[in-house]
Amino acid sequence: MLVTEQERLKSDIGTWLQRFGNDRAALIPVLQEIQKKYARVSEYGMQVLADQLGIHPVEVYSVVSFYSFLDHRPQGKFVIRLCRTISCDMQGKARVAQQLESDLGITFGETTPDGKFSLEWANCLGMCDQGPAVLVNDIIYTRVTPATVHDILETCRKTFGVYALESSHEEGHA
Amino acid sequence: MITPNHKAPLTFATIEPDVGLRAAMAKPRADLIAEITASQLKGRGGAGFPTGVKWNLAAAAQADVKYVICNADEGEPGTFKDRVILTDHADLVFEGMTIGGYAVGSKTGILYLRGEYTYLRPHLDAVLAARRKKGLLGVNVAGKQGFEFDIEIRMGSGAYICGEETALIESLEGCRGEPRNRPPFPVDTGLNGKPSIVNNVETFAWATCILVKGSAWFKAIGTQRSTGLKIFSVSGDCKLPGIYEFPMGITVNKMLEAVGGADAKAVQIGGASGHCVPASEFGRAIAFEDVSTGGSIIVFGHQRDMLAVAKNFLEFFVEESCGQCTPCRDGNPKLLEGVEMLEHGRCSMRYLNELSSLGETMQVASKCGLGQSAPNAFLSIIKHFKDEVMGRTQGAAH
Ligand SMILES: Cc1cc2nc3c(=O)[nH]c(=O)nc-3n(C[C@H](O)[C@H](O)[C@H](O)COP(=O)(O)O)c2cc1C
Ligand code: SF4
Ligand code: FES
Repeated sequence: MLVTEQERLKSDIGTWLQRFGNDRAALIPVLQEIQKKYARVSEYGMQVLADQLGIHPVEVYSVVSFYSFLDHRPQGKFVIRLCRTISCDMQGKARVAQQLESDLGITFGETTPDGKFSLEWANCLGMCDQGPAVLVNDIIYTRVTPATVHDILETCRKTFGVYALESSHEEGHA
Repeated sequence: MITPNHKAPLTFATIEPDVGLRAAMAKPRADLIAEITASQLKGRGGAGFPTGVKWNLAAAAQADVKYVICNADEGEPGTFKDRVILTDHADLVFEGMTIGGYAVGSKTGILYLRGEYTYLRPHLDAVLAARRKKGLLGVNVAGKQGFEFDIEIRMGSGAYICGEETALIESLEGCRGEPRNRPPFPVDTGLNGKPSIVNNVETFAWATCILVKGSAWFKAIGTQRSTGLKIFSVSGDCKLPGIYEFPMGITVNKMLEAVGGADAKAVQIGGASGHCVPASEFGRAIAFEDVSTGGSIIVFGHQRDMLAVAKNFLEFFVEESCGQCTPCRDGNPKLLEGVEMLEHGRCSMRYLNELSSLGETMQVASKCGLGQSAPNAFLSIIKHFKDEVMGRTQGAAH
């Protein structure tokens, strides 16, 4: 049987709600799981979650729009967040930013057309004594220089195969 | 795990595990809280509320359910000590939360970990699992009949404001992280409307130390109004940025000497919400009664443009304001616009004075600590560096 992404999302939401307790307090943990697996929280996902929790979809949307790690638009497989706060700024974040934009061919706030990378600003990542700091999904890189930007992106590209496999499995036949 | 650039020896490393917890369980609850109160430990998250008083209020509240919440949202620019404490001394923190649970009569602890620290999660889960296995969490904790306590971890999602305790609670309840009016305070009406203590990571770790070494030990260190030791996160223009432990009340000068930043032009104490202290005031003490900080120390060398510093902080607040109240939502962009005028040498002294009074209005009229402290850096920079920030010629970075 062909399982569409929507059906899969719906069944995932059911599983996660069960795990996190099926009430309003479960909303953000479930949204976090959706974001992690589907790289976005789609309108359909918000609708399903709202129905299950018995709240208005606008409530779900207002939560999604509040938190910078939850995104309504599709994000890349790798979300690259460069710290723009003062200590990293003083350690040369502007040049790292420039190099990230050049290597990815996008500006901050955008996603590459192949859907691999999103580039975002972050505020202080808690690595101020060893900046500039970059968070790639859950992995932190410190003392990033314009030259090492390339290595970080290559590491992502190499692991992308694994992620790609996982996602084609998710969206494929069951 | 990422190690700090530099890490001074910490008292935490000398504390034997679970001695504090057992000492706490051996005491009646009232005596335990009295011990914390006697140490005069004040919250290490920034606001400096006396921990013993907070615990006492929650203990006195009548309710079937109470919560112990550890605030690990660490988002203040320049702060990374909670991350280091959770990396190297997580047991002390969980032990402190358990002690807190016993003190106030709670079964449920929650660690609210910022989303940016997701990589710490496997380590923290492992520490919790090990504690459960050793009987230090669960039923009859550490052999104490009838005392049940466990800790769960909840993740943040990239919002600085969720470090504010009532916003944190809103977020735990599945809502936007918008601060509530206080009072009522969380000790009375917290998570799910139940009495809750919210404390910083470091505060819980010190509570454990106090149970091990005694309140007299803690109280003998520091100043009369700011007792004990404090962990500092130092960054910026100095030779040895990293993690330090000093007695409360240390002067800015002494700290700069230790971190190799003696020739600094200014130091930002308390992060973006803190104050910018110029070299002429380096004799001041880092303490609740003088310049206070949750741990963030950012050193500025002579090459730094202080207007750029003010701009960076204001951009931070414009972005992180929850937008709920007008002074903060509209005030921060107005101050930022003023900085941009200054950048171009297009700000009259009269307008600058107007901006100052706007800043002062924000300090009193904003709903929560974010808006109340957002103008601090701007105000202290224009006060101390007027000659540097005014009269710029177009385009020149100064
Ligand atoms: C905007 C804002 C952000 C805050 N962020 C944090 C934080 O990241 N960590 C923290 O412990 N306290 C933070 N606080 C302070 C908390 O509201 C609260 O006072 C603190 O967690 C209490 O713990 P303590 O008494 O142990 O310091 C913040 C306050 C404000 C207004
Ligand atoms: S002061 Fe700012 S952050 Fe606080 S409630 Fe008002 S708008 Fe929100
Ligand atoms: S300022 Fe960039 S990690 Fe703190």
